[in-house]
Amino acid sequence: MKTKTLPFDGTPDQEAELKKVIAELKDQPGALMPIMQKAQAIYGYLPIEVQRMIAEGTGIPIEKIYGVSTFYAQFNLQPKGKYRISVCLGTACYVKGGDKIWDALRKKLGIGEGECTSDRKFSLDSCRCIGACGMAPVMMINDDVYGRLTVDQLDSILDKYN
Amino acid sequence: MKTLEELTAVKEAALKQMASKMRILVCCGGCTSSGSLKVVAEFEKEIAAAGYTDRVEVVKTGCMGLCSQGPIVVVQPGNTFYSRITAENVHKIVIGHIVGGNPVKELLYPETIADPEKVLAMAETNFYKKQMCLALRNCGHISPLHIEEYIATGGYEALWRCLNEKKPEDVVQTLIDSGLRGRGGAGFPTGKKWLLAAQQKETPKYVICNADEGDPGAFMDRSVLEGDPHVILEAMTIAGYATGSHSGYIYVRAEYPIAVQRLEIAIEQAHKMGVLGKNIFETGFDFDIELRLGAGAFVCGEGSALMTSIEGNRGEPRQKPPRSAEKGLFQKPSLLNNVETYANIPQIILKGADWFKSIGTEGSTGTKVFAVGGKINNTGLVEVPMGTTLREVVYDICGGIPGDGKFKAAQTGGPSGGCIPADHLDVKMDFDSLKKIGSMMGSGGLIVMDQHTCMVDIAKFFLEFTVDESCGKCTPCRIGTRRMLDILNKITMGQATMDDLDRLEELCSHIQQNSLCGLGQSAPNPVVSTLKYFRDEYIAHIVDKRCPAGVCKKLVRYTIDKSKCKGCTLCARNCPAVAISGSIRQPHEIDQVKCLKCGACMANCKFGAISKG
Ligand SMILES: Cc1cc2nc3c(=O)[nH]c(=O)nc-3n(C[C@H](O)[C@H](O)[C@H](O)COP(=O)(O)O)c2cc1C
Ligand code: FES
Repeated sequence: MKTKTLPFDGTPDQEAELKKVIAELKDQPGALMPIMQKAQAIYGYLPIEVQRMIAEGTGIPIEKIYGVSTFYAQFNLQPKGKYRISVCLGTACYVKGGDKIWDALRKKLGIGEGECTSDRKFSLDSCRCIGACGMAPVMMINDDVYGRLTVDQLDSILDKYN
Repeated sequence: MKTLEELTAVKEAALKQMASKMRILVCCGGCTSSGSLKVVAEFEKEIAAAGYTDRVEVVKTGCMGLCSQGPIVVVQPGNTFYSRITAENVHKIVIGHIVGGNPVKELLYPETIADPEKVLAMAETNFYKKQMCLALRNCGHISPLHIEEYIATGGYEALWRCLNEKKPEDVVQTLIDSGLRGRGGAGFPTGKKWLLAAQQKETPKYVICNADEGDPGAFMDRSVLEGDPHVILEAMTIAGYATGSHSGYIYVRAEYPIAVQRLEIAIEQAHKMGVLGKNIFETGFDFDIELRLGAGAFVCGEGSALMTSIEGNRGEPRQKPPRSAEKGLFQKPSLLNNVETYANIPQIILKGADWFKSIGTEGSTGTKVFAVGGKINNTGLVEVPMGTTLREVVYDICGGIPGDGKFKAAQTGGPSGGCIPADHLDVKMDFDSLKKIGSMMGSGGLIVMDQHTCMVDIAKFFLEFTVDESCGKCTPCRIGTRRMLDILNKITMGQATMDDLDRLEELCSHIQQNSLCGLGQSAPNPVVSTLKYFRDEYIAHIVDKRCPAGVCKKLVRYTIDKSKCKGCTLCARNCPAVAISGSIRQPHEIDQVKCLKCGACMANCKFGAISKG
């Protein structure tokens, strides 16, 4: 099951933190991306509500912020799962069968690219090279990297997070 | 810090400190993904338990290169080389080797104990002995977290000499004389670029380091940043002095959090040491560096797109001219170099242009780091003099192809590059020779493929990448690559005609000639080069509706060899589509219409009677 866009549930603490970040950075040249990156670190994603706060705080038009947020793959407009799975489909991993890992995970979790399981536990993305090509094929779950993967290992890896 | 004597004093103190203890070097580069941090923690615990804390130091280093054997541990003195070490092995090493003084043979890298008389040092093994490390010279040998260890290897002396003994124009001249060419892809002469930037009158000027490393399959820049971050700071500061700039940016891809963290630490330490920031070495020269994180867009590796991105915009490339040396970041003169390019520079200053020129070939001086991956025994980073042949890298250094695999092609240069077929295994790996055979150096990603790789499928893989990553600003790239992908999809599904092949080639030349930036201009390369060397594979897909490598699902046919089939019925029982028929002890047959091409039959056959192709 896909997650629909969930209502925004930012807290006043998060908002205060974002305001602090904006005040700190906004006068630097080219501050928008660092602000957006910090904002994503605070909220986990960049819903339109957060983009609006950035627009208000910096005076940068919302349409520009939206343009930037949709240009870069790292900015998420949708929330992610508690465990973010990211399967590398870079060249080294592809040649070593990364696509098989990807297909197997999609099947196991019943979700596709960019989606989140209905219990919000796992989200699934593909990525292009995390620089661990020597260990191909690889995937990441949050900050943990799993290398030299085979399809057989997936169940026991996912179990660790269940 | 002001004088060379003060710098030398730091160096000597650090050398003494490093020599005073036994050092256990644990690769914390790529090996972190095979669990090296646990190994470090275990070593620290075991060393403490043995009461050896003041005699032994556990050092977290950057990448040691041989990633396929990770986690790697090296014990000094002796440079004893342990491979595939897990936390469970640590106790044995501490008791046997550290306390007992005898290397633990069964945990050593097998090649180092081939001779029963003596244990080979790391550098004497096949993987390392043909390599020559300039850019990676410190990676895996020092702690990237301590500026003193970088200084111990001669670090920051080049900067001192530039500021105190050389005029900016002399520095530029040394680089021109060295013949150094950019390692980021295009191979542009670095000295010429510096000269152009130095000649600009407008200020402020910017020095930028391209650490976006977008080629999927390349990770040498990551290794330098994680294993030797100070070399980049030193080289950028030298660039600032040579071109008259006081401000630098490092644009790092966000996928490299460890690199970012180590750079932050390095910048802080360099400030404290007085080799970065205001009044460097008390010479009155100021230079500072800021980090900027990418956010996952391949096109941002392109120079003008990178600058647009630092400015806080969608990272779209700009029309050239004006060149970024004249109007770059914030419309000011800017100098952009790649990580590996910078990593060579302090050495060139210290040892001279002639020394650098004596390495490599006439047109491509120095060394190049290759990230070797794919179907190859030793995956990892390999640094060799320019002009080393592909055969030496694949067979002598990286140990050839695993299993029953046969070398089919190597892909260099990533999504903008081309492939090299077996006929060209003796090609010299330098900028010009690779270009001549229709490939390119690119960033140095080198993916080896065997007979199980379909070249049409690989071309399609790269096209999918470009289609995804095209920024959409110019039409040939945005729409042209999509049309190319459509045709490749048709080919791999067995629905294409020979006319489609003509159209594909037409599109290639159109996109190459009319795209705005290097992304589009080079996007057709993987198709062009596979067409050049593996045209028969395309034709097999189109005319015979067959995928010779057995990869393209729609075209794969599983067939049972009647002479080998014993009629055991195992395949029929495992077939999810009930597509296999036959009586017991009689040869079976696959109904091609019902077959789902899942391969379960082949995986289960005990007699090797089922083949695909
Ligand atoms: C689409 C595209 C992607 C690129 N990606 C990178 C990259 O990831 N890293 C890099 O150093 N250069 C990259 N380049 C090359 C840069 O434009 C530029 O030539 C290089 O950073 C200059 O540094 P150098 O002269 O030291 O090589 C890319 C070029 C193109 C067209
Ligand atoms: S290609 Fe997967 S980590 Fe580099």
